[in-house]
Amino acid sequence: MTKLFTKDTQAIFWNNNTTAIQRMLDYDYTIKRAKPSVAAIVAPTSGNKFEKFFWGPDEIMVPLFKSTADAKKAFPHADALLNFASFRTAYDVTMEAVEIGGFKTVMVTAEGIPERLARKMNNTARTNGVTVIGPATVGAIAPGAFKIANIGGTIENIVQSKLHRCGSCGLVTRSGGLFNELSNIIAINADGIAEGVAIGGDRFVGSVFIDNMLRMEKNPEVKYMVLLGEVGGTEEYKIIDAIKAGQITKPVIAWCIGTIAKHFSSGVQFGHAGASANADAETAAAKNKAMAEVGIYVPASFNDLPNKIAEVYNELKAKGIVTEITEPDMNTCPTVRKSKEFICTISDDRGDEATYAGFPISSLATPDTGKGIGDVVSLLWFKKQYPKWATDFIETVIKTVADHGPAVSGAHNAKVTARAGKSVVESLVTGLLTIGPRFGGAIDGAAEYFKYADDNKLTPADFLNHMKKVGVPIPGIGHRIKSLKNPDLRVEGLKKYAKEHFPSTSLLDYALTVEQLTTSKKENLILNVDGTIGILMVDMWRALGYSEEDINEFISSGTLNAFFIVGRSIGFIGHVLDEKRLAMPMYRHPMDDILYDVQVADKI
Amino acid sequence: MAQKAIREYDGKALFSKQWGNYFSGFHYGFKSVLVQSGAELLAKAEEHGFEWLKQESLVAKPDMLFGKRGKNDLVLFKDQKPGDVSLAVAAKWIDEKMAHTVTLLSGQHGHLTHFIVEPFTPHSQEQEYYISATCVGEDDVLYMSAEGGMEVEEGWDEKVNEVVIPIDMSDADMEHAVKANIPTDIPAKDRESFTSFAIAFFKFYRDMNFAYLEINPIVMLDNNDMAILDLVARLDDTAGFLMRDTWGDIEYPTAFGMEDQTAEEKAIADADSKSGASLKLTILNPLGRVWTMVAGGGASVVYADTIADFAEATGGSIADLANYGEYSGGPTTSETKFYADTVIDLMTRHKDSKGRDKILIIGGAIANFTDVAKTFTGIIQSFETYADKMKEHNTKIYVRRGGPNYEKGLKDIKEAADRLGLYIKVYGPETHVTDIVRMALEK
Repeated sequence: MTKLFTKDTQAIFWNNNTTAIQRMLDYDYTIKRAKPSVAAIVAPTSGNKFEKFFWGPDEIMVPLFKSTADAKKAFPHADALLNFASFRTAYDVTMEAVEIGGFKTVMVTAEGIPERLARKMNNTARTNGVTVIGPATVGAIAPGAFKIANIGGTIENIVQSKLHRCGSCGLVTRSGGLFNELSNIIAINADGIAEGVAIGGDRFVGSVFIDNMLRMEKNPEVKYMVLLGEVGGTEEYKIIDAIKAGQITKPVIAWCIGTIAKHFSSGVQFGHAGASANADAETAAAKNKAMAEVGIYVPASFNDLPNKIAEVYNELKAKGIVTEITEPDMNTCPTVRKSKEFICTISDDRGDEATYAGFPISSLATPDTGKGIGDVVSLLWFKKQYPKWATDFIETVIKTVADHGPAVSGAHNAKVTARAGKSVVESLVTGLLTIGPRFGGAIDGAAEYFKYADDNKLTPADFLNHMKKVGVPIPGIGHRIKSLKNPDLRVEGLKKYAKEHFPSTSLLDYALTVEQLTTSKKENLILNVDGTIGILMVDMWRALGYSEEDINEFISSGTLNAFFIVGRSIGFIGHVLDEKRLAMPMYRHPMDDILYDVQVADKI
Repeated sequence: MAQKAIREYDGKALFSKQWGNYFSGFHYGFKSVLVQSGAELLAKAEEHGFEWLKQESLVAKPDMLFGKRGKNDLVLFKDQKPGDVSLAVAAKWIDEKMAHTVTLLSGQHGHLTHFIVEPFTPHSQEQEYYISATCVGEDDVLYMSAEGGMEVEEGWDEKVNEVVIPIDMSDADMEHAVKANIPTDIPAKDRESFTSFAIAFFKFYRDMNFAYLEINPIVMLDNNDMAILDLVARLDDTAGFLMRDTWGDIEYPTAFGMEDQTAEEKAIADADSKSGASLKLTILNPLGRVWTMVAGGGASVVYADTIADFAEATGGSIADLANYGEYSGGPTTSETKFYADTVIDLMTRHKDSKGRDKILIIGGAIANFTDVAKTFTGIIQSFETYADKMKEHNTKIYVRRGGPNYEKGLKDIKEAADRLGLYIKVYGPETHVTDIVRMALEK
């Protein structure tokens, strides 16, 4: 790996830290990234499916997942995990990510992970080829490509510090606050940075100075490096060794902060947990001296660091090693943005012509387009172009359920309302309002229970027992008069179509074995039309490649009912128009058809 | 700071509590008491379970984190001859030692307040061993020597065997490595016992989240009876949330000779523990001239570095630097006001001995996410309270800061200081972070 991140890098963000994520997306928009740098968010306790963020002046939705595994499954190419879990859980989150695999980088922000756990985490990641940035860090940045969370601060500061486009310096620091400061100094005194990492302030961090600087040595965009070390530890000596061994050849400018510590014998902790000199060699002064001895550019003091950077940069420029950068075009994020109240993901009326899931209506409407109602349903309900066998099936279903005579509760209601002089829409909705668990609900129920039985590999006998235990008659089984010998032709038609055109009919096959058992008990316990529709819908979705979870969600959200509602509305409207045509008077139910059993109310 | 030293007594108590879980087959009596006066020791001897204080001869020594107590002549083990210290003698000795300040060979200086008292354990030099464990670089290291006692530091390389135990080493491999590295000069009769003790010791050190654990000497008496004569331990306090039940309410004393925290330092530490932000304050010299209020851990270090550099270069000294600390991680306005009140109050207590102006550095790097205007509102509120006092001390204020909302923050603080008649210079990210120190001191 020569570069930590590219313009295509996408991250999974663990913890829905909306401010930090918005900062990343503002950065993405500013540098004109094609795709947002955050592909998904892991929010174990959230019930939401997505979070809205601004994308420049617009808004986008970033999906939420309950677990890293789910997020990674949905976005396998997202190879950076931004672990914003607390110090209590950060270890587990990283270990899980390494276990799942496919992550190149894990950034850990928590400060104060138990040292033994931090060591185990860093070691496991290293063994598995995962670069850990942190713990206790603000992150890393590849200017013009990818930025982690809050590093660089506000978008204004990022542009001011030239962190929006690639410069020529490789920057490594321990402190996150000083990382920003150094970026600013490098922007003022040179041409900005090409890659930067704040390695983190804890005693045990995953990637140390040397890991990052050896990578920067190989990164052709890095022409020189700036290292801001600290009193304590011996990490800076590894850089010295690497220079001696010829592993680092690019110019290095370095300074260790914490020279103050020499004035105080003991007891005062200056700086981070990792910063405490246990030996003379670990003091800032000793390290600064040792670094200067191998040819690292070491300023006289921190205050003098900007001059040193300018000196080295101008030298490299004079030699032609760094060249003038053409400043790229940027987008500007609006300062005032209003979050949208409504979201629409199915149709759009903003252009020349309104579209259904991206298709202009004219491309679907007329017969010459070859598209039917099934296509419109697939676009507006499922945001997908279903194949012909599926759209034909949808149309078959709609046609099949369109009406079932005047006596059923919905039609009866519609007729009574129409006779009360109400409009088509009022009459229609009184009919529709009866649709539910008892009327039309068998489609939903059949899909749900048969799928449950099939998913759990219940034998037909087990399934019957299970339903008996639940205390529910099996939805989709049974007809008033029809039997195997005298079959329902609607059912026969649906089955025939499915057998001929569906790639497979696994749930129907299962349902038919159940039917064999039920009809052996009683003749009319056949798979009825509601059951067949519900079951075949599941088979259709399975054949279209939906996951079982997706299908369960269709069922629980009432999608199957929706097919019944659409179809039966045709019939209800027919009954309403029929009433209007016949100009039938107000309906009053005959009193002799009512059992009156009214008692005088007791006083309580 | 992640690693915190604990008292010898608490270390031994932890051993005792966990003994059965790790050291089955060995026996440890844990006859130790921790007292803060002779009277307390005498009272302890009357309690049930502590009859041994009256029955056995005793050893007493301070339990205040520092080592080399023998060389400092701070171990009481003989009155007339070794092993004849009675309860009364021990109590008297403790009171004597507490009566005046003590200066150690290291130069540390202070009052003795805590003593550990234990039975005198007769034994021979041959029964003394050394064992310790800590983390070096990325690995744990177990140190073992056949020679216990304070002399072990001399000739360390020859006397001590070390076993490097990487974090991912299996228990089987660890046990094998320990066995293979048992010092050859451990006598055959103790060899097996010592090996199992060393393995158990390492597991105990590891599972209890010690950062450092040393017994010097550990004495192997007859019948696998172990005496922990001297113990030094540091815990990794970041593991506190995992170890709450196991560690119990363990105390982290201040190092001997370090002044106890001042009331102000304690108040800031207390505010820090209750806040998601980071508030730190160390008073280096209450009479100092240069006071700092710096945002950010790294920035606080470079400001201290730079003040030291310029103070020395401009005829002053390190004594000019009054405090060290930070406020960062997005403190609220009221947290920042409290921090500013504390610093400014301390600053305006004493006039500079040379009659110079007081300097208040309100510094910070370019913040990642802290709202500068919000925190500066807290500082401004503090200015309003202390303006008169600050003027009495001719306070010159130098501000440098960047980050979210910094323009407003800088404008607000400038306006407030002008309105209150305070001397102020205000700079943003275009000025080098520590350059205000040069401006303030280079005159």
